[in-house]
Amino acid sequence: MFRKLTLSAAVALGLSATAVGAAGEAHVEDFDFSFEGPFGSYDQMQLQRGLQIYTEVCAACHGLKYVAIRTLADEGGPALPEDQVRAYAARIEVVDADTGEFRPAIPADKFPASALAEAPDLSLIAKARAGFHGPYGTGLSQLINGMGGAEYIASLMAGYEEAPECAPADFPGSYNVAFANGGYPDECKDEDGHHTVPGSWIAMPQPLFGDDVEFADGHDADLHHVSQDIAAFLMWAAEPKLDARKEAGFLSVLFLILLSVLLYQTNKRLWAPHKAAAKKSS
Amino acid sequence: MSGIPHDHYEPKSGGAKWLESRLPVLSLVYNTLVIPTPKNLNWMWIWGVVLTFTLVLQIITGVVLVMHYTPQVDLAFASVEHIMRDVNAGHMIRYVHANGASLFFVAVYFHIFRGLYYGSYKAPREVTWIIGMLIYLLMMATGFLGYVLPWGQMSFHGTAVITGLFGAIPFIGESIQTWLLGASAVGQPALNRFFSLHYLLPFLIAGLVVVHIWAFHSTGNNNPTGVEVRRGSKEEAEKDTLPFWPYFVIKDLFALAVILVVFAAVVGFMPNYLGHPDNYLEANPLSTPSHIVPEWYFLPFYAILRAFTADVWAVQFANWISFGIIDAKFFGVLAMFGAIIVIALAPWLDTSTVRSGRYRPMFKWWFALLAIDFIVLMWAGAMPAEPPYSIIALTGATYWFAYFLVILPLLGVIERPTARPATIEEDFNAHYGKSTDKSAE
Repeated sequence: MFRKLTLSAAVALGLSATAVGAAGEAHVEDFDFSFEGPFGSYDQMQLQRGLQIYTEVCAACHGLKYVAIRTLADEGGPALPEDQVRAYAARIEVVDADTGEFRPAIPADKFPASALAEAPDLSLIAKARAGFHGPYGTGLSQLINGMGGAEYIASLMAGYEEAPECAPADFPGSYNVAFANGGYPDECKDEDGHHTVPGSWIAMPQPLFGDDVEFADGHDADLHHVSQDIAAFLMWAAEPKLDARKEAGFLSVLFLILLSVLLYQTNKRLWAPHKAAAKKSS
Repeated sequence: MSGIPHDHYEPKSGGAKWLESRLPVLSLVYNTLVIPTPKNLNWMWIWGVVLTFTLVLQIITGVVLVMHYTPQVDLAFASVEHIMRDVNAGHMIRYVHANGASLFFVAVYFHIFRGLYYGSYKAPREVTWIIGMLIYLLMMATGFLGYVLPWGQMSFHGTAVITGLFGAIPFIGESIQTWLLGASAVGQPALNRFFSLHYLLPFLIAGLVVVHIWAFHSTGNNNPTGVEVRRGSKEEAEKDTLPFWPYFVIKDLFALAVILVVFAAVVGFMPNYLGHPDNYLEANPLSTPSHIVPEWYFLPFYAILRAFTADVWAVQFANWISFGIIDAKFFGVLAMFGAIIVIALAPWLDTSTVRSGRYRPMFKWWFALLAIDFIVLMWAGAMPAEPPYSIIALTGATYWFAYFLVILPLLGVIERPTARPATIEEDFNAHYGKSTDKSAE
């Protein structure tokens, strides 16, 4: 009986971890990222491209206040050479904590906070959003596909579309099929109040159009690619130790399996005489 | 210490004799390790060791986290990010600690339901059971307090909701809530005291764990048959038991290792699986998340809390008979705490003289339904409080109380138990005699 119950408890645990769906329907595409799955790791070149997009586009309004500039040189990150990180830092202006005056940043500084009050800080945004929670709301797909935070960002970047005809022309914001929590005109709801078009209206104007940046490595800069690159970079910004964590996880699992096998054999040998005696006596 | 006859420690070396006559710590360790343990214990008896391990794990990782954490509303969130980014292995330590809480509750729920099925709560083990329930209550308090510390959106607004439960108590509720928070709203005083208590309670748990173990070492373990170990003589007792070391230590360690494989995989590959994305947003009093969901281990009781709305007749009746003092909110709070209290009262609510559910043909099914009910309530607790979920939650909550208050007392009277083995030895021999090679069990 307990065996059956154990199984159903495990299922319930998954079900109860279900994230409650957002207000409206929004479309988040499942992109393939290099860092998904137990063995996935960041693509260093992609992170460098994402950093370039962040620097040239996002940083105008958004900040990364928890990310230290020096971490751009870290293994398992963009892994820029030290002198490039120093040069990168020098181009950023930060407020000195002691003097209260602007000065060029050094690698030990953090990225500046958001320049616009209404633009959220992006340090953790990839972990603060869950693009999907499948299958059947159990979230177990996380093991293979991640939480979908990066997918959400990429979908959002590529999700700007022409506003549907039902919406009034002066409705505030930009229509985005991947954004669930924005404004939504009553004209686009049916009689039951259900949304007739996916997504909602987001305050942020479309930031990326494709070919916004020119990559030094000659990589494609169309909208699909830049959306994924910035999403990967923000995932790294939110979870910079992902590579190290998975490596530690893999070694722990391997070691513990070995330990389990040894303990199983020990246990079996230890109990064998008592079980044999039980067999004989009955 | 144990009522079961067994060998006692005799110091042999000069040093051991010297220490033993001054502080009998060697015999204490010896008697604890060789304690006679029923040899027919099954795999549901491994959770105690898992729980002890997890408590130690949580205390060690927690103490390290405190070295880098700042309990200040403007700095707490940033200090957690400091742990995740700058502290050596800080991200692993924090993920182990956060997921360790879940491991703790997985283990404790199996442990409690094992006790409920095999009647471990029945005489003479009521004190063990009550202390266990106290530990469980302290665990819930500790889990809740710990979730507040990262000072994310769920931390902040969850605190407002949970302390608001105490605000539902008539007349004095608001004063109690203010006293708990140290202010009229969640803020710096609350964070400071929650931090202090989150550090304190695990040590109280550790103390109660010692008493819990002392209590069941005095009565002896229960076992899957519920039949007591024969205590007439040492020889007789040895037919029913084997010493804890090495037989059960190795068995439990094997089970622990297997469980830790899963735990390491969760921590390594999906550490945020059981968390909530909103807690990666810093607490903002001005913006409330659209759905405030507690951690999974509170969900069954959260579902019971929300199940009793103003349109339930029981609530209306309570409201009428108390001249309006008990409203739906207070009723829900009473139901939630009541749902835990009835578990603690199980030793007195269960009238059956048969301990183990294995020999209770009707009980088995009601118990299975209770376990399913627990899972359904957990699921309903995560869903929005609207039909059909609210109806499912109300049905589940009703069965929870019916099981403890009606079914357990009645079954003892109407049920005809099946034949039990006379001794543990007989059960053990029958189990290993019938199968040709069933090595694992």
